[in-house]
Amino acid sequence: MANNVEVKEIKYTAKDFASDQEVRWCPGCGDYSILAQVQRTFPEIIDRPKENIVWVSGIGCSSRFPYYMNTYGFHGIHGRAPAIATGVKLANPNLSVWVASGDGDLLSIGGNHFIHACRKNIDLKILMFNNRIYGLTKGQYSPTSEKGKITKTTPYGSVDYPFNPPMLALGAEASFIARSIDRHPKHLQEMIRRAGLHKGTAFIEIFQNCNIFNDGAFSLLTEKDTKDDHVLELVHGQPMIFGKNKDKGIKLDGMTPMVVDLTTGKYSKDDLWVHDEFDPNPARTAILAMFDETPGFPTPIGVFRQITKETYDEGLFRQIEEVKKKKGEGDLEKILFSGNVWEVN
Amino acid sequence: METEKEKELLQLKEVTIRFAGDSGDGMQLTGTQFSETTAWVGNDLNTLPDYPAEIRAPAGTIYGVSGFQLHFSSEDIHTPGDQPDVLVAMNPAALKKNLPELKKGGMIIVNSDSFDIKNLNLAHYESNPLEDGTLDGYQVYQVPISSLTANALEGVKLSPKEVSRAKNFFALGLMYWLFNRPIDNTVKWIHEKFAKNPEYIEGNEKALRAGYNFGEMTELFTARYTVEPAKLPKGTYRSISGNEATALGFLAASVKSGLPLFLGSYPITPASEIIQYLSTYKNFGVKTFQAEDEIAGITTAIGASFAGNLAITSTSGPGLALKTEAIGLAVMTELPLVIIDVQRGGPSTGLPTKTEQADLLQAVCGRNGEAPVAVVAAATPSDCFNMAIEASRIAIKYMTPVILLTDGYIANGSEPWKIPHVNELPDIPVKFRTEKEGFYPYLRDENLARPWAIPGTPGLEHRIGGLEKSDIYGNVSYDPDNHHKMITLRAKKIKNIENDIPLLEVEGESSGELLVVGWGGTYGAIKEAVNKARAQGYKVSQAHFRYLNPFPKNTEQVLKSFRKVLIPEINLGQLARLIKSEFLIDVQQFNVVRGLPLRVADIVDQIIKTLGGNNGK
Repeated sequence: MANNVEVKEIKYTAKDFASDQEVRWCPGCGDYSILAQVQRTFPEIIDRPKENIVWVSGIGCSSRFPYYMNTYGFHGIHGRAPAIATGVKLANPNLSVWVASGDGDLLSIGGNHFIHACRKNIDLKILMFNNRIYGLTKGQYSPTSEKGKITKTTPYGSVDYPFNPPMLALGAEASFIARSIDRHPKHLQEMIRRAGLHKGTAFIEIFQNCNIFNDGAFSLLTEKDTKDDHVLELVHGQPMIFGKNKDKGIKLDGMTPMVVDLTTGKYSKDDLWVHDEFDPNPARTAILAMFDETPGFPTPIGVFRQITKETYDEGLFRQIEEVKKKKGEGDLEKILFSGNVWEVN
Repeated sequence: METEKEKELLQLKEVTIRFAGDSGDGMQLTGTQFSETTAWVGNDLNTLPDYPAEIRAPAGTIYGVSGFQLHFSSEDIHTPGDQPDVLVAMNPAALKKNLPELKKGGMIIVNSDSFDIKNLNLAHYESNPLEDGTLDGYQVYQVPISSLTANALEGVKLSPKEVSRAKNFFALGLMYWLFNRPIDNTVKWIHEKFAKNPEYIEGNEKALRAGYNFGEMTELFTARYTVEPAKLPKGTYRSISGNEATALGFLAASVKSGLPLFLGSYPITPASEIIQYLSTYKNFGVKTFQAEDEIAGITTAIGASFAGNLAITSTSGPGLALKTEAIGLAVMTELPLVIIDVQRGGPSTGLPTKTEQADLLQAVCGRNGEAPVAVVAAATPSDCFNMAIEASRIAIKYMTPVILLTDGYIANGSEPWKIPHVNELPDIPVKFRTEKEGFYPYLRDENLARPWAIPGTPGLEHRIGGLEKSDIYGNVSYDPDNHHKMITLRAKKIKNIENDIPLLEVEGESSGELLVVGWGGTYGAIKEAVNKARAQGYKVSQAHFRYLNPFPKNTEQVLKSFRKVLIPEINLGQLARLIKSEFLIDVQQFNVVRGLPLRVADIVDQIIKTLGGNNGK
């Protein structure tokens, strides 16, 4: 099955991926941008007829996503999108399978499925819309809400520590981990493109503004006057530089990162940590993922990690072929009549 | 020189043997081997493995006792037997636990070596039952199985522990001799099983032969017994357990439908063997996915069904509870899916290794919203094969989830199975929708099934999910009248399946005084009880449900043809409740929930009681 993908010239435009359904997110929702970037990117990255694309989701605002894509789509139940998507992929490995999920959906009720999809390296693209709040249930804190967050269920402030999504994905040894922001369309397009081309579980955390229940959660990263000082754009092979005037950098001293000032003459570009997406060692990626939690450090966006290893689906079909070779194609009559059989005359 | 006296060979019609020992003593293996050989020589048989949930409870204790009962006969039989005629007890705890069940005057073979102070204490015996008169009235044979095995294995390169472990083969050999069975089958099995360990082959085979020869040589036994082959219909047979039959049934459904089989499952007793068996059929293209939890088990299957595989998920009661929401999703998306529930004792974790049939209401009703699914149940171990095929057929034809109920007893128990040829099995037609013209995701065919339009089909891109969908078009809809319509349509679709399943059969007269009605794995016990009551002159018939939702079309007519209806169940009256509410008839219940199959004698008593003593004779 895996080898007979129909190869034909496909020329799609963003419009081809828009369904006839009216999009019903709140006006101003960050989801609109994500939908638009997906539709814009797909003509470039979809290497197969669009009937071979499946979008799967769980429950939540973001999970209405499949309805708006003119592909095959499955709106599942809360948290289970990665598992449903796994079944789709294993039933037919020719399909390009995408998951749209939120921080509550994927990391809370669906945490188990998320880590196991990463661990097994199933060839799924998982887009997690992270607005650090429960939107569809109208404003309760989520597993990515910051400690002390005041919400409807935490009127005195949340006492939970939040998940760090890239760290979680890294802990489960995901083969592709990236982050982007709804209000950074070009960057988001690039991350979607990269995820789409990756073979294996590709996880993108997308910071997304919920203008109703958590407006401005990422304003430091999106507002003109603050974003340059708070966002570090990761580029493979490039030193880590940020700041309005490209005046700050990250230096790695052993395993300890430090923010250095490039204007004093003490440090130059050559002293900085050069980003390596393909670094097989997860330790440095973990240091990177911890930046957000370290005061004074910028929030990295971009591809944190991309490594290559056999996907679960490849392994499954390889094994089926190997067993067929060894035992021959299954013969039901032979199986039924095997074991200790006897005749009654 | 004295010539050996040929021992008397006594003919028996049927025997029930229980092997009991410590969970480390290999009693399940001994029982299985005895069953295989017994099936092979042509007896009808029925087995009941009964083991503790602990893998290795402390040796010598009563809660660590593992048992295997088998009933074999020269006639058609249906149960593992109420009470054993023969008990093989490898230690005092096994004796203590099983003695109350043994038939009065029955035969006891004990490993006398194990009746030391330590083991007697562990079994809470204050004095040695072999000496204090406890066993008066039984035929007791004290055989020093441990030391005889050790003697026989002298010179074999095995550790003392390994030598001790071989004693189950000694016991098996002795029983083969006593019941006049050949040892060749087991010798062959030993050679295959331990192909990589020549010293295990040598040790186990020696122990087996030593046991057999001990029977021959010792003066202990004055007679041996034989049970003639049963008169089974002509054909090729094998012994099969319910779980293996279930797995083969799905394999057959995959072959007969031409659909790749996908099983998403999470290990759970007593259902795990289904995924274990199916995992060995990779060369059929079978995809077994050991999921991270029960919910992933079923949701991966739903995804696979959406993408066009024959998708199934296997579990037991607690797992079915976890899958509940996803079953609702499969109802809403109207995708074919088979959910196998190998029922065990509940509630909660309950009695993981014991049988029960208390998930019927969970299967029929246990979901949020109006979420009808088809429910079928296998009646015997080999019937699991048929019902797995039936469940798949119904799921595909009606685009619906189907719950297949089996239970711990028939799943682990085995019986001779007349093997069907592949060409005798029904084809399962599959229609994937491919025409673009006039396609809507919730368009329905004559069976009210919606089209199975799988991803990869050009022009049929559509979205489905758990939110209510508009009739025909399948867009999300909150329209109140549409919801009512869809609820009604889904219910009607399931109800219509009644036109496509066999009628409820009555065994015995088709009308009269009393009908005993059962479902699932109690078939054999009820059948034997009804036969016994009839042999005593009572006028009683039997009807057994294998289709529980919908019920067969003639159910009401059948039930109303009898003055009284008795429903024995291993629950507190779940079928009785469904029958009463659906057909507004009064029924008598007989409910015993002990984690064990119903006892034939108890059902017979109940039949007589229901008939009011001699009434109905």
